[in-house]
Amino acid sequence: MLAAPERLRPVRRTRTTNARRRESFTAFGMATPAVVLLIVFLVVPVALAFTLAFTDARLVSPTPARFVGLRNFTLLFQDPTFYKSLRNTAYFAAVVVPLQAGLALVLALLVNAKVRGVNFFRTVYFLPVVTSMVVVSLLWTFLYREDGLVNHVLSALTFGHVQGPDWLGDPATAMPAIILMSVWQGVGFHMIIWLAGLQTIPAELYEAADLDGATRRHRFLHVTWPGLRATRTFVLVTITIAALSLFTQIRVMTQGGPLDSTTTVVYQAVHSGYDQQQTAYAAAVSLIFFVLVLSVSLVQRFLTREKD
Amino acid sequence: MASFIKRLGGHTGRVVLALVFALPLVFMFVSSFKPDDQIFGDLDSLRAFLPVGAMSLDNYTAVFERVPAARFLLNSVLISSITVVLGIAVNSMAAFALSRMRWPGRKLVLTAIIATLIVPFETFALPLVWWVNQLPLLTVNGFHLEWSTGWMDTYQVQILPFVANAFSVFFFHQYFQSIPKELDEAAIVDGAGWFTIYRRIVMPLSGPAVATVAILTFLPAWNSYLWPLMVVQSEELRPVMVGISYFFQLNVGWGQIMAYSSMITVPILALFVAFQRSFVNSIASSGVKG
Repeated sequence: MLAAPERLRPVRRTRTTNARRRESFTAFGMATPAVVLLIVFLVVPVALAFTLAFTDARLVSPTPARFVGLRNFTLLFQDPTFYKSLRNTAYFAAVVVPLQAGLALVLALLVNAKVRGVNFFRTVYFLPVVTSMVVVSLLWTFLYREDGLVNHVLSALTFGHVQGPDWLGDPATAMPAIILMSVWQGVGFHMIIWLAGLQTIPAELYEAADLDGATRRHRFLHVTWPGLRATRTFVLVTITIAALSLFTQIRVMTQGGPLDSTTTVVYQAVHSGYDQQQTAYAAAVSLIFFVLVLSVSLVQRFLTREKD
Repeated sequence: MASFIKRLGGHTGRVVLALVFALPLVFMFVSSFKPDDQIFGDLDSLRAFLPVGAMSLDNYTAVFERVPAARFLLNSVLISSITVVLGIAVNSMAAFALSRMRWPGRKLVLTAIIATLIVPFETFALPLVWWVNQLPLLTVNGFHLEWSTGWMDTYQVQILPFVANAFSVFFFHQYFQSIPKELDEAAIVDGAGWFTIYRRIVMPLSGPAVATVAILTFLPAWNSYLWPLMVVQSEELRPVMVGISYFFQLNVGWGQIMAYSSMITVPILALFVAFQRSFVNSIASSGVKG
């Protein structure tokens, strides 16, 4: 009787180690497809951006790529179009980020009110988000024509006093027009994010504020705004990254023109890497873009970090 | 009285904004049934947004005569649905292993996967084009299997890079954490293996997570443009968004552009309105937990 547990113990131990081993084995098996795919289609190409940028690789080439040092970067920084693309991208992001984040918050507050039909409005504001950017770009290419719908509406609203320009054909208005359309398309997405954030703020806080006789402005400044801290970081980082990646609208609507006024970093990368098949040069542009995105989102995370 | 005015103000704001967001899409849809001269003629009145005048399906038939639009639609349906199905399987399996099983290195793998969330596709799309062009390709040629190099102009190049997704893994992981682990232990006592637990217990309990991942995988797959633009040359493999951008370059009439646009947009909008709650919850969850 006393000997029995002694005898059982080693058996049980091997059974648990066997079970452990089997668990690890199955787990490896289940995680492998995702991990392998992420390595092949994400880690390797990111690493390639860092290596190809220092070679003379072309998309299709009879000779293997050679190491050329910083040549691609020297070429890049001598290219005035590249500076224009950097400036345009920065301009687009600098306007879109506050505009889209702010308007999205206004929309979220409007549909967060407890009145009938908010569900309908929420759905309508969200419709452009579900519409593809290619379709949106084609549609607005028509709306922005000199004889297009936008100018007809402008003229009707001002009783014929305002004659709008050919929005996309004029270097001064092309980028603002694309900015407006991009906000129109994307703002519903961030409205939903803000809304989810608003709904995590406990109702008791508002009740307490009301008891203290807070005005609407005070309620917003002292309850709503602090309650949205985490949401704010997410909204800012996602809009910024999306804004810096501006490509589809440009490709469909203006091809970077007129006079390079709408060319962007990603547009330049695709133009050199795909249209001209200069993979190495495109990798250099991608690398700079990568560093740009990474540093902007790190800075944003740092600035909006939890203070306590 | 003051609060009434405020409420009226809020409501007016909501209605005006609804018009701003809806009218361009309404214009697109109604114009798709109008001949070009009427589209332009209707611009200076509210008729631009109304289904009036010489309405017909001519623009739609013209699209199908001009380009193999049905083929483009089929390609996109195929590519997006395969991406969704594979994505759900691959990412939920990984998330299951990461959230419910004990194995060496799982914390490290989870951290590494989450770290990739910060890298947008556009940063490595160009090197990826070069890379897929070097990958070995196995094709069936009659009764022979043939090896060649380069994935350009295939279906898999439009699918496989988007199957594994860090956000999907992360989302499933969070969801699986909320399912009691006692279920696993009870199943193990009953002699079930881990894969059985995944397939028979955890996945059937994860309907909402599957719906979210399905929506968040389907939309970008259906809307994808940059990637297929670069890796697909032949018409037979072209998806809808690249198809419409080439169609636009043919200098066709605006009515036809609107018809093609409506064709690839209205079904998605209808799906969205029908499954509104799932859509909105999906988007919301991408923010709150991020």
